[in-house]
Amino acid sequence: MYKKVASLPYLIWMLIFIIVPLLFVAYYAFTTPNGSFTFDNIIQVKEHIYVLFRSIWLGLVATFVCLLLGYPMGYIIANSTNSKQRTMVLLTMLPMWMNFLLRTYAWMTILENNGILNSFLELIGIGKVRIINTSGAVVLGMVYNFIPFMIMPIYSIMTKIDKRIIEAAEDLGANRVQVFYRIILPLSLPGVISGITMVFVPAVSTFVISRMLGGGELLIGDVIEMQFLGSTYNPYMGAALALVLMVLVFICMAVMNEFDDGESEAIMI
Amino acid sequence: MAENQQNIIDLRNIVVTFDDELVLKGINLSIKDKEFVTLLGPSGCGKTTTLRIIAGFVTPDEGDVIFEGKRINDVPPYKRQVNTIFQRYALFPHLNVYENIAFGLRIKKTPEKEIKQKVNEMLELVNLREFQKRNVNSLSGGQQQRVAIARALINRPKVLLLDEPLAALDLKLRKEMQIELMKIQKSLGITFVYVTHDQEEALTMSDTVVVMNQGEIQQIGTPEDIYNEPKNAFVADFIGESNIFHGIMLEDKLVNIQNHVFRCVDTGFKHNEPIDAVIRPEDVRIHEPEEGDITGRVESVIFKGVHYEIVVNVNNFKWLIHTTKYQEPGDEVGLSVYPQDIHIMKKSRVKKYSDDDSPSINEEEL
Repeated sequence: MYKKVASLPYLIWMLIFIIVPLLFVAYYAFTTPNGSFTFDNIIQVKEHIYVLFRSIWLGLVATFVCLLLGYPMGYIIANSTNSKQRTMVLLTMLPMWMNFLLRTYAWMTILENNGILNSFLELIGIGKVRIINTSGAVVLGMVYNFIPFMIMPIYSIMTKIDKRIIEAAEDLGANRVQVFYRIILPLSLPGVISGITMVFVPAVSTFVISRMLGGGELLIGDVIEMQFLGSTYNPYMGAALALVLMVLVFICMAVMNEFDDGESEAIMI
Repeated sequence: MAENQQNIIDLRNIVVTFDDELVLKGINLSIKDKEFVTLLGPSGCGKTTTLRIIAGFVTPDEGDVIFEGKRINDVPPYKRQVNTIFQRYALFPHLNVYENIAFGLRIKKTPEKEIKQKVNEMLELVNLREFQKRNVNSLSGGQQQRVAIARALINRPKVLLLDEPLAALDLKLRKEMQIELMKIQKSLGITFVYVTHDQEEALTMSDTVVVMNQGEIQQIGTPEDIYNEPKNAFVADFIGESNIFHGIMLEDKLVNIQNHVFRCVDTGFKHNEPIDAVIRPEDVRIHEPEEGDITGRVESVIFKGVHYEIVVNVNNFKWLIHTTKYQEPGDEVGLSVYPQDIHIMKKSRVKKYSDDDSPSINEEEL
């Protein structure tokens, strides 16, 4: 009973700030400017299908790179001494204390055609390389901005793995590689899943990184933004795009959780 | 050396320090093949560290670990022919009962058919046949214990190390598991090295008991030896309950305890050498006041089931006595002890008891 009362403010909060806005989005997505029901907006999304899939593709690539870099990092942090752990966690989080726009802007000056990186490449004789305004630069921006969200859950689940379980595996004849594949990897999977979720979702819908580092090639986030703030003002279309994106992300996550189910149960206890 | 041939494990002068703290101060221990050896001592005495040295999780700073005549100091745990049952079991939470037990065989890339047969044998041995598909977290403590046993035994190790395996179980279950473990040890013919702080468990199960304290071995012997002939006051106090006295050895077979001269059976001490004398509570006999060697007043009587635990005050030293005869508190009684029941020991270096003139009644950890 007490529990119910205590959770009430949160339920109200979620109702007002999450459920209601979602209903608005859904409502606009299926309405014409004069208020009648329509599927046109949703059908029109197909005009942006290329941008949509490009966004998902770049999001996936960025998530994959984050995983590739973040997993070993999480493992290393978790297996360091306590004081080192604290320092490394701090360093991981430190960039996030800076404004998101500022961070991305800094990358612009590094990656520019006459930027720091190219000056350096010229200096060592490789010559200028076009980096900015490529998909690669966009992925780089995503990885840089979102990798803490990959490292942290992996690090946190790694610290929870009981050292004696690893010893038990060694005791039964498993060498380091076998311990990793048979014990550490499966036990850290829930952390990997939440890391993937936390990187993929914001990466897919980002709209600043692509504009600053990707040149003219926009992502779905940019297209949605333009429907609300740009010259092509059309909130009905924007809502439809947002809704479709949400459903696609939701499907991705559901597929993920399907993988996750078997493994995480064991860890919960 | 020829004598090492029958020893499966030899620890020679093992020294271990953790963060500048001396944890093991030169351990020498030989374990014979198929022996049930128990390392017994209070927490922090170094018994678990000794076990971990044999398993390979701790590398000694000094000394040699010998396994079947070969030095294995630098052999990693996964290459050693020993398996461990960990405190609180350390089962793999992401694998079911069957897969937990099969783990050791899967690592060795055993054919599936053989795995199935051997796991089933093990499930049979530990009575868990119906549980093979179960999640290990859904099992009771006793069942998890059985999985841990099966998992450790499936590799047919030459030595099984057990780190307080029964500590988390309730008394009745613990007694059952003690008997079961002894049966398993006999039937498989595997050397067991068993760590516990429970003296009763040690005496019940072992062929050899190794009593440790503060990183040193106090005494090695059969359970009977350890109980009947404790080498020093620490062992006497740790194993069972005892009355420990300061005494003075007057000459061979004569000892002064509490200003009374008792006959005993020990020889070889110096004239007037201060000693510790140990008398077990069950070895003190109660008489009419005029018939005993010394007299005292009954201070308390507690019914313990099989016996009464009686405290008799003799010149402010409280004798702990176990007897089946009831005594009225406040009564004057005479006490006597047979010469062979007085155990004389050299003053131990453990200072704990030396200035304390009351019997040290051991808190049993049951």
